[in-house]
Amino acid sequence: MLEILLFPLLTALCIVVVAGPLGCFVVWRRMAYFGDTLAHSALMGIALALIFSINIQLSIVISCIGLALLLARVQQQQSLSGDTWLGIYSHACLAIGLISISLAGEGNIDLYAYLFGDLLAANVFDCLLIATVSSLILGFLYYYWRPLLSICLNEDLAQVEGIAVAPLRAALMVAFALLTAMAMKVVGVLLITALLIIPAAAARPWCKSPHAMAVLASLIGLLSLGLGMLASLWWDIPTGPSIVSAASALFMLSQLRRSRSY
Amino acid sequence: MSAITSIEPLIQAENISVRYGDKLVLQNANLSLLPGKISSLIGPNGAGKSTLVKAILGLTPLATGQVTRRPKLRVGYMPQQLNLDPSLPISARDFLKLASSDHRQIDTNAELCGIAQKLQHPLAKLSGGELQRILLCRALLRQPQLLVLDEPAQGVDVNGQSELYQLIGQLRDQLNCGVLMISHDLHFVMAGTDEVICLNQHICCHGHPESVSSHPEYLRLFGNNSGAGVAIYTHHHDHQHDIHGDVVDPHTCNH
Repeated sequence: MLEILLFPLLTALCIVVVAGPLGCFVVWRRMAYFGDTLAHSALMGIALALIFSINIQLSIVISCIGLALLLARVQQQQSLSGDTWLGIYSHACLAIGLISISLAGEGNIDLYAYLFGDLLAANVFDCLLIATVSSLILGFLYYYWRPLLSICLNEDLAQVEGIAVAPLRAALMVAFALLTAMAMKVVGVLLITALLIIPAAAARPWCKSPHAMAVLASLIGLLSLGLGMLASLWWDIPTGPSIVSAASALFMLSQLRRSRSY
Repeated sequence: MSAITSIEPLIQAENISVRYGDKLVLQNANLSLLPGKISSLIGPNGAGKSTLVKAILGLTPLATGQVTRRPKLRVGYMPQQLNLDPSLPISARDFLKLASSDHRQIDTNAELCGIAQKLQHPLAKLSGGELQRILLCRALLRQPQLLVLDEPAQGVDVNGQSELYQLIGQLRDQLNCGVLMISHDLHFVMAGTDEVICLNQHICCHGHPESVSSHPEYLRLFGNNSGAGVAIYTHHHDHQHDIHGDVVDPHTCNH
């Protein structure tokens, strides 16, 4: 029993811990919609992997990072708002992904596993890969914490103070893309954004500083993971959705606390 | 131009133009900022004031011309506003810590800006005037040779405005830094600055406040009665501003 659960648990643990601080940036920079766009591009990655017969995980990562870099680029243009660009890419990816999947033959792929996550199937290899990527992202966030906060508050000011704003913003989007590609394993395409923003939002009323919020978001994520896994085993329900439901319940509870002017 | 030409300028902009899409928002502007001088940038809305500031700071690409900065120039910049999302919990002190990790320096500068007692407060709960002071304090933490202020008195009540402008003059004297400031307050501009630059896509006129206020281009933009030389505490409202800050002809005004 324990051996079966060990690798899925470790895998999910890595992702949830990183999702805390990264999710805070998603909330502070109002990038929630970007998460959905990435998820759709992950779906397109799966479809492309089927068509070109390449490794699915690799294809998802390439597809997500490609989209992140593309968006980092076009959002500097001012002819359309960032929101509109996201909407266009999001639905274009979804449409292309759906066509590709139908062309590749729906029988060839367990679409359900990608839509809702397939955590219990995680093996040693998944676990090591995700642990590596998670530590990289966590290291990046830790090392660039102050500059990243600065660009959340005012990009011009950050630039004048000597921060390389455009590369840093692109790096944050790539980190987001990588985590999305990885987190698909845990909660599936449809629920990735939830894993990022709900713990961060639940942490908000309790915190007086950005770093406290990042740490608390991770802890709330861990608690949701624990509760969700237990519920999943107890009632035999899908793991991903039950983790997200647990996080949502914790969010509701957190709203009972009236934030004292912070 | 200023008579002191022997002093090397902090920043010199020559013939700079900026284009957004196919619209030319700034045309062939020349500007030279000197240490210890306050230069004010005035002009109607959409005149390209913020664009000129951004071009000088290297925040926006130039279509033509070039900007020469003194090597290793330290610039303190005060943006028009913060993009503070309510979901980001941050105290004024934590905000200042993003620019300097030296606590003593933060305390000294906060004292200087008269905001020391508000450092523990959340940034989102500060009043307009307090927030402007925090932004000014953050600009000072860079130990600037040049202060660039984008509408420093925005959202500040009348008393606070004159205090803030006094503070800026005081800082210039203490730090001997150059100041470039966008301002809508013509009274302060005329009473408290060394050079006025009047912008409307191109630089219409510039020079000492008195010479600018009698320049025909200035009069066309701001009218004949905008109080040159009136000291900052004793001014009368002899004209009105519309919601954009432009001067409204008193005869067409309903007040």
